[in-house]
Formats: sequence, structure tokens, C-alpha cells
Amino acid sequence: MNLSGDIWVWVAAILTLAIMSYLYKDNPIYKFAEYLFVGVASGYYLSIYYANVMVPNLFTPVGDGVKALGGGVWTWDLWRLVALVLGLMLFSRLIPKFGWPSRWPMGLLVGAYSGLAIMGFAQGDLLAQLQDSLIPIIDKSALSAFGDASGMTNKFLAFLNVLSHPILIIGLLSTLYYFFFSQEHTGVSGKVAKVGIWFLMISFGASYGFTVMARVTLALDRLRFLFGDWLGLNIL
Amino acid sequence: MLKREVPLLITILVGWFMVIEYFFPGAEKWSSELQNWAIIMTALASVLGVANVARINMLKISRKQKDWGYSVVLMAGMILMVVLGTLFPMIKSIFGIESSWTLAGMELSGVTSGTWFTQFYDSMFVPMQGTMFALLAFYIASAAFRSFRIRSVDATLLAVAAIIVMIGRVPIGDVMWSGMSGLSDWIMNVPNLAAKRAILIGAALGAISTGLKVIMGIERNFLGGD
Repeated sequence: MNLSGDIWVWVAAILTLAIMSYLYKDNPIYKFAEYLFVGVASGYYLSIYYANVMVPNLFTPVGDGVKALGGGVWTWDLWRLVALVLGLMLFSRLIPKFGWPSRWPMGLLVGAYSGLAIMGFAQGDLLAQLQDSLIPIIDKSALSAFGDASGMTNKFLAFLNVLSHPILIIGLLSTLYYFFFSQEHTGVSGKVAKVGIWFLMISFGASYGFTVMARVTLALDRLRFLFGDWLGLNIL
Repeated sequence: MLKREVPLLITILVGWFMVIEYFFPGAEKWSSELQNWAIIMTALASVLGVANVARINMLKISRKQKDWGYSVVLMAGMILMVVLGTLFPMIKSIFGIESSWTLAGMELSGVTSGTWFTQFYDSMFVPMQGTMFALLAFYIASAAFRSFRIRSVDATLLAVAAIIVMIGRVPIGDVMWSGMSGLSDWIMNVPNLAAKRAILIGAALGAISTGLKVIMGIERNFLGGD
């Protein structure tokens, strides 16, 4: 065992253990770390917004605009002051009786993001997903790969790839059918919807497995830090 | 009028402008300026959120309410990061002071390593955030173990897909059967993708219709009461 002599490694290790202590039960050590995390995170994001948003998008252009105005030239940059005033109007929410001015910037934000969402979702998701789904039922390259595959395992995986396109199309259509056809799911309609549910279940299971593994990876990383960086035991 | 009609009018005008400008290339400059406004206002809205957290905790401290000591910890962490990340760089850029303590703060050109700000980020924020997310592994697994029962085809499909994806993501999977990672990838890329695509298409249609309702003035919940 070769304990770390770096004070920051000790800070990180103690805070890691403090958060992990919640596995036993909610306790004062965990609460201390939890509140510290919220405080540090709030301060961090505030600083990031200041450096990455406010300075380049507001302070620098307005500063340039004011300099140009000193030379008698009105520049586009000074319009950013309107955003500042509207943004400051948001703070009227802190006084419940006089909170209504915050609705003006809120209206602008909701309007801007709704307008952007209409075009963004239409282009980025709806059309892109539909376009990617317009595929031939038989994938010729998968068929030839199936012919070339050797060994049971490779043959099986190549066979699954041959089925990929039809399964993708059937899965998409049946899931969409389950979502959008408001008629009662009985008879043939019910069977199609049922296939859609099966695909959804596989997707939920896959997402669950993927999420669990991602979290386990994080847990392993914290254990590697504790045993390796802190205690100096390179067992992971 | 000022409380409801004006904000609604702003929403409708700005919303339609953002849609229509797409079809008129000349309007790009205005649209990009409006987007910059929205970015600035969103950042200020986040400041409002942090200010609200600070207000609530300061009230808790001043009234010595239950667990007020933790609020002191929260405020200390917040002030520390704001001083290092905002105040010091501000002093540095406005007054041009480049002493060791202003250099300890964040660089305005971005987060640079070797400052106190990044040190606190690396030694406090990162380990605590990582551990909190890591804890979810235990809770997701234990919740599934306690509540999940394989009693139908649907539940079986969910469980089998989850197990194959989990085993396929670790080296032992391919030791058990050489095609495990391939099968796991196939599940992720084919049946999972089919359902995800349908969900995405549904969500996109939902977002578009909600957006249209907002910019047509039908959806007004964001204005609140009164």
C-alpha cells in the first residue's frame, strides 16, 4: 500500500466515500457532501455561463459597440443591451407581487425556442429518421457476407445481419402503429400493435442494460481511483 | 394588457419569425441576433435559478431552521466557485490586475488547467458527480431485482435484451460465447433502433405540434395565472 501524499487526492477520496456512505443510509456525512456538491456545482455553472456566454455574447460586443458609438458610429452590437434588459426583467420573479415583467422575456424565450423546435425537430429528427428508414428490404452486402461467413457463430451473426433491414422496417412500422393508430387494438390491428410492444420491450431492456453498464463503469472508475490513486493498490 | 397580451404577442411574433426566416435567407442576421438574445437570456435565467437557491439557503441560515449548517456548506461552496470563476476573472479583465490571486481564477478564454478553480472542479465536482451517478447502478439493479418478474412474453423480451446487452458489454461475455458482443451490438443497432426511431418520430411530431400551438397562441400555460 502506497498512500497518496497529494492533499487534493485525499479531498476527492473523502468526498467519494462521503457520497458512497448513502449506500448504508442517509447520514450527516452524505448530507454534507450533497450540499457541498450543490453549492460547488451552482458556482461552477454560474462561472461557466459568465465566461462562455455572457462575456463573448454580451460584454465584449457591447463594449465594442460603446467604443464605436464614441466614434459616432451606431453598431448592431448595441442591440444586445435589449437582451440584457429583458434578461434582468426575469429577476422580477423574485418579488411575487411584481413578477409580471418576467413574462416578457419568458414570452420571447418560449417563442424563440418553439420556432426553432419546429424547424429543428422537422429537419433533425422527423425527416432524418424517415429518410434513414427508407432502405431496401434485402441488404445485398449482408447477403454476400452471409455467404462468405465461416463457422457457426459468424454464420449466425451474418444471418442476423441479413434480417436487419426487414426487422428494422417491421419494428418501425409496428411501433408507429402502436403509437399513432387510435382505433381499438383488436384482431389484426391488435396483433400489429402487439409486435410494436415487443420491439418497445426489447428497446427498453437494451436501454436498461446499457444504462446499468454505464453506471457500473462509473462505479469501477471511482473504485479504481480509491484503490489506485488514493491507497496506491493497483488491483483494478 | 401588459401582463398577458404583450408577452403573448412577443411569443407569437418571435415564434413565427423563427419559422419564416428559414425560408428567407435575407433574414438570417435578425434570426441569429434573436438567437443570441435567447442565449443571453437563458444564461441570465440560470443565474436567476442560482440566485433562488442562494436566497432559500440564506433564509434558512438567518432563521436557523433545521439543518441550517448544511446550507452554510452549500453557500461556502457556491461563493468559493463564484469568486474563483467569476469575480477574479472580472477583476482581472476590468482592472488588468494580474496578481497570483486573480490568476487563481478561471481564464475568460475558457477553463484552463492549473488554477484553483479547475482544482476545485477536479477534486470536488468531478468525484462527487461521478460517485452520485455510480450509486444509481446499485439502485437501478436492486429496484429491478425487487420489482421485476418474468411472467409474460413482454417481460421476457425486456429481461433477455437487458441481460444480453449487459453481458455483451463486458469481456466475460465473449469468453462465454464468442458471438455475445456481436449479438449485443445487433440488438442495440436493429430492434432497439427500430423502436427508438419510432419514439423519435413520435417525439418530433409532438414537439412540432406543441411548438405550433405555442406560436399560434393556443398554448398559454407558460404565462401562468392572473
